[in-house]
Amino acid sequence: MVPVLLGRIQTRLFLLAFVGSAVTAIVTPLVGATYGTTFAILAAVAVLGVGWELLYHLLMQFRWEKDWPSLFGLLTAVPEGLLLWALLKRGAVPTVDAAPSLAAYAAHFLAVWIAVWLVANGPMRVPFPRWRFHGGRLI
Amino acid sequence: MGGREHGRGDLTPALLDTPVWSDALVESAGIPVRDAPFVTVGGGIGSFVLVDYLRIAGVPTSDIRVLSNIDQPWQTYQYLTRVSQIPEPERIRSDSSSRPDNIWGFPSYALSEAWRDRTIRPLLHVLGEPIFADYWTPRVGDVFTSMAREAARIGYSRMLDRGVVRMVRRRDKGGYFTILTPPEGTSETRRIAYRSRFAHVAVGYPGLRFLPDLQEFREKYGDYTRVVNAYEPHEHVYEFLKTRPGTVVVRGGGIVASRVLQRLMDDRERHNLQTRIVHIFRTFVTGAHGPHLWARRKGGDGWAYQGFNYPKSVWGGQLKARMRKLDGAERAALYKEMGGTNTPKRRRWQQQMRAGREGGWYEAFQGVVERVEPGVDGTLTSIVTSDLTGESATQKIGSNYIIDCTGLEADIAEHRILADLLSHAGAGRNPLGRLDVERHFEIKGTASGDGALYATGAATLGGYFPGVDTFLGLQVGAQEITDDLARRGFCRRIGPIRSATQWVRWALGRPVKEA
Repeated sequence: MVPVLLGRIQTRLFLLAFVGSAVTAIVTPLVGATYGTTFAILAAVAVLGVGWELLYHLLMQFRWEKDWPSLFGLLTAVPEGLLLWALLKRGAVPTVDAAPSLAAYAAHFLAVWIAVWLVANGPMRVPFPRWRFHGGRLI
Repeated sequence: MGGREHGRGDLTPALLDTPVWSDALVESAGIPVRDAPFVTVGGGIGSFVLVDYLRIAGVPTSDIRVLSNIDQPWQTYQYLTRVSQIPEPERIRSDSSSRPDNIWGFPSYALSEAWRDRTIRPLLHVLGEPIFADYWTPRVGDVFTSMAREAARIGYSRMLDRGVVRMVRRRDKGGYFTILTPPEGTSETRRIAYRSRFAHVAVGYPGLRFLPDLQEFREKYGDYTRVVNAYEPHEHVYEFLKTRPGTVVVRGGGIVASRVLQRLMDDRERHNLQTRIVHIFRTFVTGAHGPHLWARRKGGDGWAYQGFNYPKSVWGGQLKARMRKLDGAERAALYKEMGGTNTPKRRRWQQQMRAGREGGWYEAFQGVVERVEPGVDGTLTSIVTSDLTGESATQKIGSNYIIDCTGLEADIAEHRILADLLSHAGAGRNPLGRLDVERHFEIKGTASGDGALYATGAATLGGYFPGVDTFLGLQVGAQEITDDLARRGFCRRIGPIRSATQWVRWALGRPVKEA
């Protein structure tokens, strides 16, 4: 992907809202968590994500091409997932009093992450043919 | 002028001298007029990609005319890739999701290849690029095959009218006249005029220019076989080297130089040859270069390294967004900052050059060639001034052949259609001296009533969008033009639903409907 800052943020919010919600709806009963918890986690990925995107944008400036290879989009799951887990354990995520089990959290988080990543790397362009030329901006 | 009766339906001095034509003026010359709402001139990949977009937006084939002297849109590209050492099984320097046959770029070439060959290797390769692997790039043969499929799907041949376009002129009541010279024997008159509301010009590279010292040598000594340009057929060089040991001077630091080196080195290895290669860079890059930490490109051993011919973000990211806001000198400065000849750093090429340097048969250095002279025993002598250590030194380099890989391009005015646009249709030049277009690729200064004249491709380099002479760049242009045509009511804007349903048709191989 070759995003601009606004495109990064818009794409993240849009894909989490649509793809992330759909995946969460399916995965939640499978991992034995409550919808209240998983959707709160999804919202936290979105909110924290705005901050993460600022950091990624900064790091991208050191790249001559000003691109963000697909692999980076996949691997950033690691720091983001770890930070959110730490916040959950400390009870720092609003509306979530008790963190889910690590297995449930990891399954949900990774399912959402991989689905969003897959859609962003191709299918997103099917309904939105201008999206890739606008640095990931939808509006 | 051919055997036809001169003057029958031909251009008259009155037409040639009048910048804006009336219907009566064209008719008085006896030139038959054909009406079509949209005409595209060129018929190469630029025309093809735009027509593809328009068809997908719902424009019927009857509303589109493609005026071209080639039958297949990829014909010229095929010729150029073949002579510059990219045979069909070879891979070109283009991103996996830059597909001229698919406006969405999905599935990418890598995904298609994985699906066809039932292997996930291309996908793993794309996943690892550019960190763990070189950029994955498509085979040139697959590019042509997929374009042929799309051409059939959109009814391309039904829109194609053969001939050579002479000029595009504005019409007094709006729109344009495009003058076509049809192939001999196919028309009663020498010319045919196409009257359209909209016209598009995508005529490709205006022409090739030789390095001045090589051009001088060729003209002075009438020798066109020992000094060759990489973009013209030069197979005889490789054949000669198979018969006896020889030295070749390669000039240039771009992708074509890399290709030519690969061919020379492959042949050397395959046929156990003794070829010596002397590589002269005018600009010798020794390492990472650029004005500051946020604008530094990798380089070394003479080359500037870059995956594709522009930094990736020109097609959709930061550089595209930045350039779109710039005009005049500021725009020219940004072009300069990101420009410069470059080539991808491919592992295979690095390996070959390393072997060559170690074996002493490949030598690369900085130099400016003052002139080329005939040497003894049918050899050539290049007089080269090098300036590596601050002191200039002149040396003589003998070789059997010189291959010019600099790929210099001619001025746009050397192309007849573009020259006419500049002199008669109100077109001007951009900060880089090429055709000046708007952000939506309308040629500035050429508006005519409710019509518009557009241009895409190499002729428009230097505009608000930088990557014009690439597959993806042609698609960016086509999208901008289609959206502009939708604003003007010519076609509908492709929204998410239309886009998705049309994609499904593409995936199923169903033809685009007529309306």
